[in-house]
Amino acid sequence: MNVAAKTPLVKLEGVKKSFPVTRGIILQRKIGEVHAVDGVDLEIYPGETLGLVGETGCGKTTLGRCITRLLDVTEGRVLLDGQDITRWGRRKMRPLRREMQMIFQDPFSSLNPRKTVGSIVGDPFKIHKTTPKDRIKGEVQQLMELVGLNPEHYNRYPHEFSGGQRQRIGLARSLALRPKLIVCDEPVSALDVSIQAQILNLLVDLQEEFNLTYLFIAHDLSVVKHVSDRVAVMYLGKIVEMAPGDTLYENPKHPYTGALLSAVPIPDPDLSAHKKRIILEGDVPSPIDPPSGCRFHPRCPKSREAARAEGLGDEPHPRCREEEPALLPHHPGQVAACHFPLPDRAVIEADAG
Amino acid sequence: MADVLLEVRDLRVQFPTPDGLVKAVDGVSFRIARGESLGVVGESGSGKSVTFLTIMGLITRKEARIEGEVIFRGQNVLEWPQDEMRLVRGKGMAMVFQDPMTSLHPFYRVGDQIAEAILAHEKVSRQAVRARAVEMLRKVGIPRPDARARQYPHEFSGGMRQRAMIAMALSLNPDLLIADEPTTALDVTVQAQILDLIDRLKEEFHTAVVIITHDLGVVAEHCEEIMVMYAGKAAEYGTRQDIYYDALHPYTWGLLRSISRIDRPRTERLRPIAGQPPSLIFVPSGCSFHPRCPYVMDVCRVTVPELLAADGKHASACHLPLSEKKRIFAEEVAIQSRGGPTRQGTWDG
Repeated sequence: MNVAAKTPLVKLEGVKKSFPVTRGIILQRKIGEVHAVDGVDLEIYPGETLGLVGETGCGKTTLGRCITRLLDVTEGRVLLDGQDITRWGRRKMRPLRREMQMIFQDPFSSLNPRKTVGSIVGDPFKIHKTTPKDRIKGEVQQLMELVGLNPEHYNRYPHEFSGGQRQRIGLARSLALRPKLIVCDEPVSALDVSIQAQILNLLVDLQEEFNLTYLFIAHDLSVVKHVSDRVAVMYLGKIVEMAPGDTLYENPKHPYTGALLSAVPIPDPDLSAHKKRIILEGDVPSPIDPPSGCRFHPRCPKSREAARAEGLGDEPHPRCREEEPALLPHHPGQVAACHFPLPDRAVIEADAG
Repeated sequence: MADVLLEVRDLRVQFPTPDGLVKAVDGVSFRIARGESLGVVGESGSGKSVTFLTIMGLITRKEARIEGEVIFRGQNVLEWPQDEMRLVRGKGMAMVFQDPMTSLHPFYRVGDQIAEAILAHEKVSRQAVRARAVEMLRKVGIPRPDARARQYPHEFSGGMRQRAMIAMALSLNPDLLIADEPTTALDVTVQAQILDLIDRLKEEFHTAVVIITHDLGVVAEHCEEIMVMYAGKAAEYGTRQDIYYDALHPYTWGLLRSISRIDRPRTERLRPIAGQPPSLIFVPSGCSFHPRCPYVMDVCRVTVPELLAADGKHASACHLPLSEKKRIFAEEVAIQSRGGPTRQGTWDG
């Protein structure tokens, strides 16, 4: 996809978001900061799906919430359609809320159990006063049909629906005001595989029909691969690699991306026996006090390898410890922040038979 | 099979509820020997967890109607009283639960929780038991196990808690380890670490391992035999080669076709299984999969198919004739799940 020619729908410039860490109950003293998102530049183009992957706690959800302005950014700028909305107040934001919607992970807690489906899906119309009251019911039933729910179930409550159906309700609600951007935060991870496929297909169909733009946040790399045009990989608050989907999965450049990909189990016994594995040691370090230089260096096998090759012992390479790598271009459309990027096809071997 | 450790014969578990009888497990049979690994795959509500909770004696006749036999080391433990069962649990068979966040007690130190499990079965001194708990934590790859044993569960990350659970389950060196969705709540990187750990422990202790999961990738990599469950019954049973390269049940086909796969280029569309999993109170007549099955025949609506072996161990519960199944698999499923030009394309970039 030639994205360079278009203007981005969403643009992030050096976005940072930190949360204070406090101690004490009455007199709360700030003793540190969690750098959940720590300097992210990102562009999302109209009509595309940008996948955002990373481990728990890497800041992907926080980033999604900064884009929709559900959280205020600490530093940097958020631009929607070229307008800087970083410091817009509640009232000024309100009309913009129609343009961006969210779908949440948990279909059980993201719907009010005391409201009927009709009023959950119809509320956006009432809040934004876009549709006369007498026409809301018709609109809601149309939406329900669109996402594959029976419009006659208008008066039912969320508990009467299964997980997949509830996710459809959430989708109908987010589509009500014909948004441009939908931030999908782990939309299928709570669902069974056969139901996942139904929802993913529905997301793709709706994107075509309404020319939607998706930010698709997930930790399941197979699902992200299936829906995304481009994929961004986050580690400890930073984007470490971004590339068109196929490029990223075939030729990952950042060792972290390589490790993530190699850890995904392949549902094919012969192929999985073939796969090269890059096992990461340890857990993600604390975002309160992230490692110096490249944040991935304490866990990076490639950095140790580079150090060994230069006869510097078994520790990570000093360059990785001291110098923070910049996002540099590799294949067309691919950028990665690494001093010692992986060679092509480092994870997937050429087919041996 | 020479050394059968656990044999389950026609297990049925039904829960009486105000709405009717929930037939959670409806006639499941299988065998597992020492050093073997069995993967149990199915959607939520297919009866996978209930089957193994019943085998562990954690679902009893107090809360459910249980029929059938659970023969563990030659004895039907289903008929054993709770206090005798308690001696088997932990030492004979142990279970790792899905949610590492809620399966450890938040008030007690991790080391003490492991020690408690050991003390329940063996008369050893406090010091010796503490040393063993630390040793187990070291074995499952927790750094600084000495200090970690003195910490509380909230000081552990999700992956570490799951390791602690595995350490606890393995502390008495059980013959059978049942892991119920051991990695569902974890990131892929941690998942790979945990599953490798289970593999290594299987080698080292010759433990029989059951992995209950809905992830077809996990079983492909870590289980030699696979049972696919649907609505409380085994739909198909076979080696992993059977299931992935020669599947004989339309439900298995549906699962193989509906997963998004990392080893494929971004293809056109996923092919989901139509409809929803059935209610376990009003189970469809005949084959319980028939309302969702694209190959449904008249007989499927009336007669319950039996789990019949096609060749050797590989069995499926479906009325379609074998030749027809082989044809459908080859024409409609295999291209998706193995070989052919698609696969070549991926690897050649």
